[in-house]
Amino acid sequence: MTTTATTPEPAGSTAGPAQPLLEIRDLEITFTTSSGLVKGVRSASLEVYPGETVAIVGESGSGKSTTAMAIAHLLAKNGSITGGQILFEGRDITHVSEKEIRVLRGDQVGLVPQDPMSNLNPMWRVGSQIQETLAANGIAKGAEARTRTVQLLEEAGLADAERRAQQYPHEFSGGMKQRALIAMGLAARPKLLVADEPTSALDVTVQQQILDHLDTLTEELGVAVLLITHDLGLAAERAQHLVVMYKGQVVESGPARELLQNPQHPYTRRLISAAPSLASRRLVSAARRAEVRERAREHAHEEHPVSADGDRSPAEGATSDAVIQVQNLSKSFPIRGSVPWRSTPFLAVDDVSFEIERGTTTAIVGESGSGKSTVAQMMLRLLEPTSGRVLFEGKDVTTYSGQALKTLRRRVQPIFQNPYGTLDPMYSIFRTIEEPLRLHGIGDAKSRETKVRDLLDKVALPSEMMRRYPNELSGGQRQRVAIARALALDPEVVICDEAVSALDVLVQAQVLELLNDLQGELGLSYLFITHDLAVVRQIADSTLVMEKGKVVEQGTTDEVFHSPQQDYTKRLLAAIPGGSIPLAGAEMIEVDAPEVAPEDEQTDATGPGSEDEGPIDPFASAGHV
Amino acid sequence: MPSDAIPSRRPRSEHWVAPLEETPLQAVDAADTTTAPRSLWGDALHNLIRNPIFVISALLILFVLFVAAFPQVFTSQDPRFGDLSRANQPPGSEHPFGTSRQGYDIMARTFWGARTSVVIGFFAMIGSTLIGGVIGALAGYLGGWFDEVISRVTDIFFAVPLILGAIVVWTRLGEMNVVTVVLVLSVFGWTNIARIMRGSVISTKSQDFVTSSVALGASRSSVLLKHVIPNAIAPVIVTATVNLGVFIVAEATLSFLGVGLPTSSVSWGGDISDARDALRTQPSMLFYPSVALAITVLSFIMLGDAVRDALDPKARKR
Repeated sequence: MTTTATTPEPAGSTAGPAQPLLEIRDLEITFTTSSGLVKGVRSASLEVYPGETVAIVGESGSGKSTTAMAIAHLLAKNGSITGGQILFEGRDITHVSEKEIRVLRGDQVGLVPQDPMSNLNPMWRVGSQIQETLAANGIAKGAEARTRTVQLLEEAGLADAERRAQQYPHEFSGGMKQRALIAMGLAARPKLLVADEPTSALDVTVQQQILDHLDTLTEELGVAVLLITHDLGLAAERAQHLVVMYKGQVVESGPARELLQNPQHPYTRRLISAAPSLASRRLVSAARRAEVRERAREHAHEEHPVSADGDRSPAEGATSDAVIQVQNLSKSFPIRGSVPWRSTPFLAVDDVSFEIERGTTTAIVGESGSGKSTVAQMMLRLLEPTSGRVLFEGKDVTTYSGQALKTLRRRVQPIFQNPYGTLDPMYSIFRTIEEPLRLHGIGDAKSRETKVRDLLDKVALPSEMMRRYPNELSGGQRQRVAIARALALDPEVVICDEAVSALDVLVQAQVLELLNDLQGELGLSYLFITHDLAVVRQIADSTLVMEKGKVVEQGTTDEVFHSPQQDYTKRLLAAIPGGSIPLAGAEMIEVDAPEVAPEDEQTDATGPGSEDEGPIDPFASAGHV
Repeated sequence: MPSDAIPSRRPRSEHWVAPLEETPLQAVDAADTTTAPRSLWGDALHNLIRNPIFVISALLILFVLFVAAFPQVFTSQDPRFGDLSRANQPPGSEHPFGTSRQGYDIMARTFWGARTSVVIGFFAMIGSTLIGGVIGALAGYLGGWFDEVISRVTDIFFAVPLILGAIVVWTRLGEMNVVTVVLVLSVFGWTNIARIMRGSVISTKSQDFVTSSVALGASRSSVLLKHVIPNAIAPVIVTATVNLGVFIVAEATLSFLGVGLPTSSVSWGGDISDARDALRTQPSMLFYPSVALAITVLSFIMLGDAVRDALDPKARKR
């Protein structure tokens, strides 16, 4: 049950080019935990040949990083290799001494770690950290090391490398830090570069630039790359050979395209069908959504009939069926200037206007710093806008306070990004979901418990979960609890601020599906804030693209995806990893990056398998443009 | 782009699939309902009772508390009965720890002294934690100018050494009793609690679950009481436990310097002070109260350490 079949015959293989650079055979890694011995990796086998890129793909906890770290003997203290072999250029390095592995680590195997934010020492200049690497590997010292450092930084694609080398990590952006780490990883001209999720923390466009650069660089230097990633699309785009890991085992391996187009193992199939970047279509058909919208309207009239209380009744001025209208919203933050008493205003959100129709999903897409979350915070009244208005059913809510604000809170609910931060660790799941009911004085203890059970059922969690605490739940489960809490007050609008960004693809797909079903069931209107265009494609009816606080493009999701008008949107679309890989049953998005001369628009609007979806969503376009 | 152009030196790239029976597919993100539910505090307790340091220190503290509550169980002698005819006796059958220069039974004084120390330490800890906790929580939560003012006031108190403050109060009052010692220790000893509470509240209040609660419609005060403080309290508990030991030492120091409890009361600090001159002639007079003091303080500090480890968020299971 190993890949021994792929191993070249020992005879005569030593001299030929078919000698693998790295070979892992039946690797088994065991962790000692408080609950006994846990096998992190079981009988994993893979090979990396000189000059090629191999990607290990899997969800978190699949053992992909553990396998990679075992190569350089960088396992956590409680982990050890309990079986199998790691061969580097035919030499067994499974149990070599610390001294030998240190030589190997610098000289032969380079490492680009996952988190660029925490892998550079903030107290040291970036240049000195690279010089240290050079000195530690005995490559260069003193002035020579300094020149070499600048060369390496230049090579990693940092402009103005000489000055940059003198700067501290906090003066670098995330992408620049990652470039510095790549320079460090390649400093000793290793034969193998292990890149552990090198771009997961970065924006898509930056990710693309960095991976492109890494590609050319490793090709020039003839370095083999072992890429660890959770993103199947990215892996397929960058690697020739894929290894899929699941629960500590290799379940499938093979040439990238072959594996994507003809997946054999059910897990690989599941992964491919869930990968948003590969097979993105709106989860529900247009006809189905029109129904949802109709129900949402009815629901709204039932729940909040036109009453004498003028506050509740829809204003006469409201022309469209928009549940929320945002008008000329702006927010500026004071930024500390050169002198403490003088501050310059920074316009985080600049004159943003849009509306959300009842029962539909609007997405705001943008890179970090585009102001998309600030918009959400203002709509939730967690931040005061500098100027502009937010109308909820035609009423300006930016001036609400006291009871009126509390009532508004009941009808507009948020779901936040970080599944580990959004639930109070001291509260049991029951108390968490019950909290909004108690805050608004709804029902008695008994009816509240029934309601909590009901909500847990809606988000597909067993009601036994009620007595548990957030620390016992996985990220996806916590996010489902957060959804249940948001739905406890029967809101009309749910604002999801990067609600699925921190989740694994499969779990992400599951949560998106759930949100989509709930929309149908309860007639909810969503505002989806995300950096992930692929997610937008799956869930949104209309899309706003934000850049530096401004809305640069706005329209139905199909319009934005198939005929983007702005260069920025085109760049974002082109940067989706794996977007151009043909896959059975999936729709392709092909957008020419604006740098490339737009020859012929190969927009394949209706790919195979999308019969139920028109080229333009008639429903979403009704209220827009 | 999948670079087909680059000739892979892989001999023949074949497609390999693991046998399905060895890698069964499981439901995505299935909820585990097999283990018993456990809260954070439950988790902490679970870790604590497996920590030998906690077990040892907790047993020692229980012993000290028992001694403080019922010193007569351990000695039948009256600690205040001084008979000069039996002064300076070495340890013997009638007086296992010997007698002091005033003819006090050292064993009786050591056991009875526990009561003073524990009572003062405990109430000073409660007092300082209340003052420091409230001030720190309000400063951290409200922020702005209030925080500025409170932080500077804290700095002023921080700059006054505990002992110096007590000496000044003593010179004004002339005589101290248990209540005034507790008050003095509380008033001059709350600053580190306030600082820790403030920092802890600031880091807690920026978390998403606090924002979520605001967005659900909770008021500022209920967010502070129901979400922020329960999550910010752990480091304060640790510090308060360690402080208890510190206050016991402070009380002993004050008594040693003669600015604490009156000489008529039974306390370790006073006894250690009395024993200074007899160090060479009768070391047992210094030895027993010192050892009692050291064991008590050490066990509280060890307990604080063990609790810190148990409450450490990094050690929590996800």
